[in-house]
Amino acid sequence: MSHTRFSYVLLAPVAVISLSGCGINSVPAAEESVKAKWADVQNQYQRRADLVPNLVAVVKGYAKQEQDTLTKVTEARAKATSVQVSANDLQDPQKMAAFQAAQNELGQSLGRLLVSVEAYPDLKSNENFLALQSQLEGTENRIAVARRDYNEAVRDYNTRIRTFPEMIGAKLVHGAQPMTPFEATTAGAEEAPKVDFGG
Amino acid sequence: MRTSMTLYRLFLFFALLCLSATAHAQSFPKLTGRVVDNANLLDPAQEQALTAKLQAIEDESGRQVVIATLPDLQGYDIADYGYQLGRTWGIGQKEQNDGALLIVAPNERKVRIEVGYGLEGILTDAMSSIIIQRAILPRFKANDYPGGIAAGIDEIGNLLALPPDEARARAVAAEQQAEERQSSGNSFMLIFWLFILLFLVLPIMLGSAFGGRKYRRGRGPVVIWGPGLGGGWGSGSSGGSSWGGGGFSGGGGSFGGGGASGGW
Repeated sequence: MSHTRFSYVLLAPVAVISLSGCGINSVPAAEESVKAKWADVQNQYQRRADLVPNLVAVVKGYAKQEQDTLTKVTEARAKATSVQVSANDLQDPQKMAAFQAAQNELGQSLGRLLVSVEAYPDLKSNENFLALQSQLEGTENRIAVARRDYNEAVRDYNTRIRTFPEMIGAKLVHGAQPMTPFEATTAGAEEAPKVDFGG
Repeated sequence: MRTSMTLYRLFLFFALLCLSATAHAQSFPKLTGRVVDNANLLDPAQEQALTAKLQAIEDESGRQVVIATLPDLQGYDIADYGYQLGRTWGIGQKEQNDGALLIVAPNERKVRIEVGYGLEGILTDAMSSIIIQRAILPRFKANDYPGGIAAGIDEIGNLLALPPDEARARAVAAEQQAEERQSSGNSFMLIFWLFILLFLVLPIMLGSAFGGRKYRRGRGPVVIWGPGLGGGWGSGSSGGSSWGGGGFSGGGGSFGGGGASGGW
């Protein structure tokens, strides 16, 4: 009699371990982690987009000849903020590609702007500009970190839903689909625009 | 017996394999104190002075600041290296993520202030950049590394210092917490001794009083349980004391790439 009671006591932890091993809990947890990391990525991109109007305003005051570059930056910003990917669309590679393309466009036009600014020593020594430049640099860095963290979370999630034994729970219970990581689609897209203080 | 041994070895082998895989990805210096001077830019007296300063910042505001001088960045960009170093060391308190690093790589001629998530609003990118440009780089350019580091830490310390009313509130809270911990420690001891009394002393006394063989056999396992429980607690508290034994360790804070870099 004591033997059967013993086995019942054992059954509970074994069930817990085997259930979690099958991905009943761990797959949704990994999914939530991916979504949280995605929110971070979007926040950091939004932060960059928020900096752009200030940057454009400061540059405009000094470098009127760069009207063309400035317009391109403003347009790229408008486009980048209009393409959003919600956390539920992360399985859709096309939406992700569109998002990346728009953000890369903004990054590149910002890079061009910062290069053209080199010709204006007054602007380069402007306090506001220097502050904005360092903020932009920090934001680019944060974007890189957020992207890497997101990719890491996606890798973890995708591995879980494709490997034994968690794929059992992932497929049968959750119907999990792989998520899309960031990829460096164009050469140098991963690189932040070079912001050099010339120091 | 034999198979369990083999299993154990197999497990150990895989565990080591995993360990080597993660360790291979990127190796970071050890967090030996608040000042990790691996590039040997500071003499012992300067190191001590800086450690005292950083200790004062943490005592006053709870915010951890660590100086790291590195002989090389292993080919990484300093910003890339910095946030990972901060995460590995876990500088800053876990809930607040309020840590900061001053990283100096003299051979790459790069310096960076790496800011934890929770300090990004205070030690902003722009402020970090200004500290680097004004306080640190002019001295580094003149080869005055200790001076540059000290000036940078002074500026960071000024920014991280809490406004007086907040500092006072913090001190009061810390005092209360210490008191609570003490009293909870007392009640913990009380419960511990009650357990001993209930499960160890009483059964023995009752057992000898009644003298019944049957009774003693029934309570036997409980008597064995008592010391086992005590042993478990003992090891727990000794683990705690080794943490507080003067060594410095990160509070588990995380980093997300905030801060600024500079080169000279």
